[in-house]
Amino acid sequence: MTQEIDTDTPVAEIQDVPRAPASIKKSGVRWGEFLIKGWLGLCAFVSIVTTAAIVILLLSETLNFFDTVSPGEFFLGTTWTPLFEPSSYGVLPLVWGTMIVTIGAAIIAIPTGLASAIYLSEYASDEVRRIIKPVLELLAGIPTVVYGYFALTFVTPLLRSVIPDIQVFNALSAAIVVGIMILPMIATLSDNALRAVPESLRQGAYALGATSYEVTTRVVVPAGLSGVMASFLLAISRAIGETMAVTLAAGQTPNMSLSMFESIQTMTAYIVQVSLGDTPTGGIAYQTLFAVATLLFVITLVINIVSQVILNRFREVYE
Amino acid sequence: MPLTTEQEHRNLAKRHRKARIFARFCAAVTWSGVVLLGLLLYQVSIDGFGWLDWQFLDSFPSRFPERAGIKSALVGTVWLIALVAVISIPVGVSTALYLEEFAGRGRIAKIIEVNIANLAGVPSIVYGILGLAIFVRYFALERSLISGALTMSLLILPVIIIASREAIKTVPQGIRSAAYSLGATKWQTTWAHVLPASFPGIMTGVILALSRAIGETAPLIMIGALTFVAFLPEGPMDSFTALPIQIYNWVSRPQEEFHELAAAGIIILLAVLLIMNATAIYIRNKTERRLK
Amino acid sequence: MSESPEIAMAEEQALGMHRKSVLELRNVSIFYSEKKAVNDVSFNIRRNKITAIIGPSGCGKSTLLRCLNRMNDFVEGCRVDGELLFANENLYGKDVDPVEVRRRIGMVFQKPNPFPKSIYNNIAWGPLINGYKDSTDELVEKSLKQAALWEEVKDRLHDSALNLSGGQQQRLCIARALAMEPEVLLMDEPCSALDPISTARIEDLMFELKEKYTIVIVTHNMQQAARISDYTAFMEMGDLIEFNVTKRIFTRPAIKRTEEYVTGRFG
Repeated sequence: MTQEIDTDTPVAEIQDVPRAPASIKKSGVRWGEFLIKGWLGLCAFVSIVTTAAIVILLLSETLNFFDTVSPGEFFLGTTWTPLFEPSSYGVLPLVWGTMIVTIGAAIIAIPTGLASAIYLSEYASDEVRRIIKPVLELLAGIPTVVYGYFALTFVTPLLRSVIPDIQVFNALSAAIVVGIMILPMIATLSDNALRAVPESLRQGAYALGATSYEVTTRVVVPAGLSGVMASFLLAISRAIGETMAVTLAAGQTPNMSLSMFESIQTMTAYIVQVSLGDTPTGGIAYQTLFAVATLLFVITLVINIVSQVILNRFREVYE
Repeated sequence: MPLTTEQEHRNLAKRHRKARIFARFCAAVTWSGVVLLGLLLYQVSIDGFGWLDWQFLDSFPSRFPERAGIKSALVGTVWLIALVAVISIPVGVSTALYLEEFAGRGRIAKIIEVNIANLAGVPSIVYGILGLAIFVRYFALERSLISGALTMSLLILPVIIIASREAIKTVPQGIRSAAYSLGATKWQTTWAHVLPASFPGIMTGVILALSRAIGETAPLIMIGALTFVAFLPEGPMDSFTALPIQIYNWVSRPQEEFHELAAAGIIILLAVLLIMNATAIYIRNKTERRLK
Repeated sequence: MSESPEIAMAEEQALGMHRKSVLELRNVSIFYSEKKAVNDVSFNIRRNKITAIIGPSGCGKSTLLRCLNRMNDFVEGCRVDGELLFANENLYGKDVDPVEVRRRIGMVFQKPNPFPKSIYNNIAWGPLINGYKDSTDELVEKSLKQAALWEEVKDRLHDSALNLSGGQQQRLCIARALAMEPEVLLMDEPCSALDPISTARIEDLMFELKEKYTIVIVTHNMQQAARISDYTAFMEMGDLIEFNVTKRIFTRPAIKRTEEYVTGRFG
């Protein structure tokens, strides 16, 4: 069966195309587009250059450092006196200082942050959310030097009135204040993670006769666990990199004592100490700056990568 | 053996009680966070309010607390933020546009994306060291405003990029399709439709990033912002101080009066941040309502 | 009596009628990565006629339509084999600029997508960025009249386009596409998001439009295709089952599968 050819419209009556058709062929390069795309790409490249610069800088100066000081002494030594005689370059006291402040902060911030997140996503009404969310953002936006001030003028005197033995500069004060600082981060990120859990999961559990406590702890939090754990890791990484509050609150004494009532020094506080002094370029003291900074950078990088992996890997599974 | 109804009933009551206690616990914890914030602000205000006067705003720092002021720090901060804005906004927004509109989903785009996510988590003090080695020493820009501004720009660039990308992603794809179907190029579409539509979201992100830059101390210490500056900077190559540095300097002194001065400085700093955050939230709410 | 579309077309060419075709598809296959979405499709789009492409969901009709103005370029991994001839060029030729293609082949989408700007600027923008130098006032009025929207909005041209109703927004999108004076207007299920009254108005509009423009419409609404189109292509699972004059497709289709579809036995 042939198609019926349309013979109704005589060929001569076909409308002229309104204007002379332009060719659809390319007429030269669009220079404007090319230049703009070039500029945008260049800007994007800046971020790559930044990372490369950080890595190259830290690595090269650290290698210089390891020409003088053996990695063994650096990573395993327990005395850190690079600026005095006799100089000793064991970095463990700094790592220890960072660790006890961070762990202390985590003990404070993780349970409370998670509880706040649970409250915000499972229990709070919309009006309450509208008040608390901005409050959390404000708390998160407070500069660290303000927390340092808070530690020195409020927390430490408070602690001293309760625990008379505690020093003016102590790790506990720093841990408390850093904990308060990272709390909003955990609360906000975990809240986002919990809210992303589909409502159908909750309703299924409620339909089986579970209480809100059971639904929250046995269904919602496990479902959003990847996001919640990622938030913990990011907060810990932030605590590790925290500088001003610990410098002001915890002091400048690197030591490895187990007591949180004494002054310690974190990696970040050491870096600040060196740069506030007059360090000649190239000297061994200058190089310790980079060695410690590299260690700090690597630790936070590893934690950040792990948290990203957790977010990406386990998010698929639960969806 | 199944539970008797009596046992089930008691069990249920216990479970309900547990649920109630848990709910109240979570609420209490959250609200105590709010109380804590109030406490902190109250404390700072009490300490510092007495020192807040015109003389405070108009004087340079001094060894004598009665004569000390934050003029140089305030001016330094204003200079710094202006320079940071001029540098970081174009670069950050351009990067976000590149990643969202021009780059596709290829390998390079993925690498840049992961890279930016990592840079966002690098401690600010590492940026300070970078600034020290590259801007102050290598490019010999000395301990100047421009060194500080470049360092801070690198620090907040990931924040701007991530926030801008989120804003650009919310522009409905239909608008782009419509523009392309009319014979528009990618840049024509981006400039005429995508950017204007995502502008409020980008602005919010930029303001929040800049408010982060205002409060950062560690990188400025690293590049050598001075702590006793009795003059006003007049150009980008001048040395300078900034609000958080001045506050830090006063807090680390033993005398009580300097602590109170620090509190006054903190009030100013927090006031500035509050205004900026409120503006960002206002912009965000206005656009959310418009889209509804 | 030939059953295959290719033979029918060859006969048509032999009769010297091919210059009535604006667009010619020859052995067009479309791939998304490795998956073949459209398989070896050939037919012609006649000037000043409405050609409908119908078929069950997933048959590839929208995919095919979006290739006609190279909108599928924006989909990663999309590859087109075969030839799509327009103005003596293959649309997918090496030297062809997709931006130029889209200036001459316009599109109206399933969900109305006006720009969040004024009605006036919605229409004026396309021609302006393409170098239009004459009076935009006249252009806007002419386009809105062609889309049967002028009377309703002539007093509020500078109001936001988002304040219009769904049906009005879609007519605005049609006006916007017409402002470019395209040779072909592609419509991808333009009424599926609209109420029946708006649908009827747009269908009336299309009758008027075909005097000046060539229209290709994808629709899942068979009755709509039967009502308004001159030619119909029936596709299923990426294959072109039958292409013919609409009356024939809906009364005496050549292929059994076509008959099953148009009588509602599946799809």
